[in-house]
Amino acid sequence: MCGIAGLIHRGKSSNVGAEMTAMLQALKHRGPDSTGFAVYGAPKEGLFVMRFKLAEQEDLAQGFAIHQQLRDRKAEVDRRIESSGAKIHDSEQATEYAFRYHLKFDGDMRRLADYIEDVEGVEILSLGHGLELIKDLGDADVVSGQYGLKQFDGTHAIGHTRMATESAVDIRSAHPYWAYPYNDISVVHNGQITNYWNKRRDLERRGHRFVSSCDSELLAVYTADKLESGHSLEDSLHQAIDEIDGVFTYLVATRDELGMAKDVMAAKPMVLYEGDDIVALASEEIAIRTLFPQEIDTFDPYEGEVRVWKA
Amino acid sequence: MESVMEQESRSHEMGLHTEQLRGRTQQVFFTPDEEANFVYPDAPDVDFNKRAEFDAAEMTSNEVNLKIRELMEQGHGTIVIKNPMARHSLGVGILNRLNLYFEGSLGYFGVGLIDGPNVRISGRVGWSCAENMMAGTVIIEKNAGSTFGAAIRGGDLVCKGHVGARTGIDMKGGTILVGGDTGAFSGFMMQRGRMVICGNASHNLGDSMYDGTIFVGGEVKSLGVDCVPGEMTELDKAWLTRKLKQYDLLPDKGVDHFSKYVAGKQLWNYDNLEPTEKKLIL
Repeated sequence: MCGIAGLIHRGKSSNVGAEMTAMLQALKHRGPDSTGFAVYGAPKEGLFVMRFKLAEQEDLAQGFAIHQQLRDRKAEVDRRIESSGAKIHDSEQATEYAFRYHLKFDGDMRRLADYIEDVEGVEILSLGHGLELIKDLGDADVVSGQYGLKQFDGTHAIGHTRMATESAVDIRSAHPYWAYPYNDISVVHNGQITNYWNKRRDLERRGHRFVSSCDSELLAVYTADKLESGHSLEDSLHQAIDEIDGVFTYLVATRDELGMAKDVMAAKPMVLYEGDDIVALASEEIAIRTLFPQEIDTFDPYEGEVRVWKA
Repeated sequence: MESVMEQESRSHEMGLHTEQLRGRTQQVFFTPDEEANFVYPDAPDVDFNKRAEFDAAEMTSNEVNLKIRELMEQGHGTIVIKNPMARHSLGVGILNRLNLYFEGSLGYFGVGLIDGPNVRISGRVGWSCAENMMAGTVIIEKNAGSTFGAAIRGGDLVCKGHVGARTGIDMKGGTILVGGDTGAFSGFMMQRGRMVICGNASHNLGDSMYDGTIFVGGEVKSLGVDCVPGEMTELDKAWLTRKLKQYDLLPDKGVDHFSKYVAGKQLWNYDNLEPTEKKLIL
């Protein structure tokens, strides 16, 4: 059934890494297979931040050779970045297969992303100015601990606890999704999209690329397509309600906005708290209560409802 | 497509708008006296004047429910639970008389499968509150999530705020009162009982309802399949006035603005033909 959560601080930064960890841990029962975070920090002037992985977690159990292969892949990624005219400003290693780079680059972002992902086993999880996308197998505390998220300051975040139903239990199929290679757009989704293949083929014909066979990725690509065509986030969410079939509630984050949309059947839950300086929403109120132990007024958005908040 | 008014006129011609409580169960097995005195064999004998309260902030749902049972077995007839913190499945399966107060909000499936207690919740409730409730009263001071009062069979279920989609889905009796608005598909497959919505009702109100009555004080976005306007009688108005007054929901302007919706009973399952007769026609 999956759990989704989002929060946005209005006009200030906060420890969104720790806050989202607490919210997602409370939703663990909705999806124990994997946990993912899309957190938005303060951009570094002139730098892109890239999160990528060199292999799936399960690949590490394939024998001793994988460890050398990971080192080789990493060296090849570094070489390709340099040869593309980009410069690695700084780097961090979260796990044996997951890295975070700050890059200085002013060339063609799609070309760079394609070139890096052409290395066997490599997948860019996010590439943008503010967005950092972290996802792995395990619950929120485990993933957050591995990737040092509890010290992450930012303005907003979305997250997902996944119960795999239609695709594999691996990092590739975990949420959130970003819309490769568009900067700073991420999506988490709870539901099933029934016109997935029609819409996917339509978007592929328009030049978009999908990295997984998970229906949730469609929403990220769909949103990127709309934003690229000049629509606002709010417009794209309204259009999704008309054009996407199925039952869904989903959250979209951009560099400075957080939006939500709920399908016309209202079959998937969402509880919302809207305060003066923070908005928090989740599949269950119990997640919001990790941030607000005191009594608060919450409500369910109605069917077909769209809301957008600015950081 | 047949308009709502045409459906209404046709169903009136067929004499389908007089709600009658019929059935062997009500006529034979339960007299009001029997119902009032009915208790389950293992129900604890509680005293309403014996009061207990506890803080649930650090407890799991299971621990809270076990604590309620323990207090009932000790004879406590009034139990106050502080800081329920939107946990799921609190206060479920209570089958005896009890005054139960939650100071805060409940998560999903709160006070489901109850038969008899009077419950008051000062906060909000999540999805499927009071599902399968059989008797008693549940009063929620703030908003409620979707599938509010799903499949209830009796009792009064009251939400003073707004309620989500599919309110009273599959309800088989009892009364649901909503102070604010309801979401789409409210009264979906309703089979009996009454639902009162003081505010607006969203799309597909009463979709595929079999029987029962829905009263709406505000606007209806659209009626569902086979839900048609009914005739508001003086008896309806008197009942509405009494019921809304009982829970402090009676609008200053009274109940004259309420509209009534019932089942058109045009769905195939109301076809009285035997399968063999149907074959002949086809």
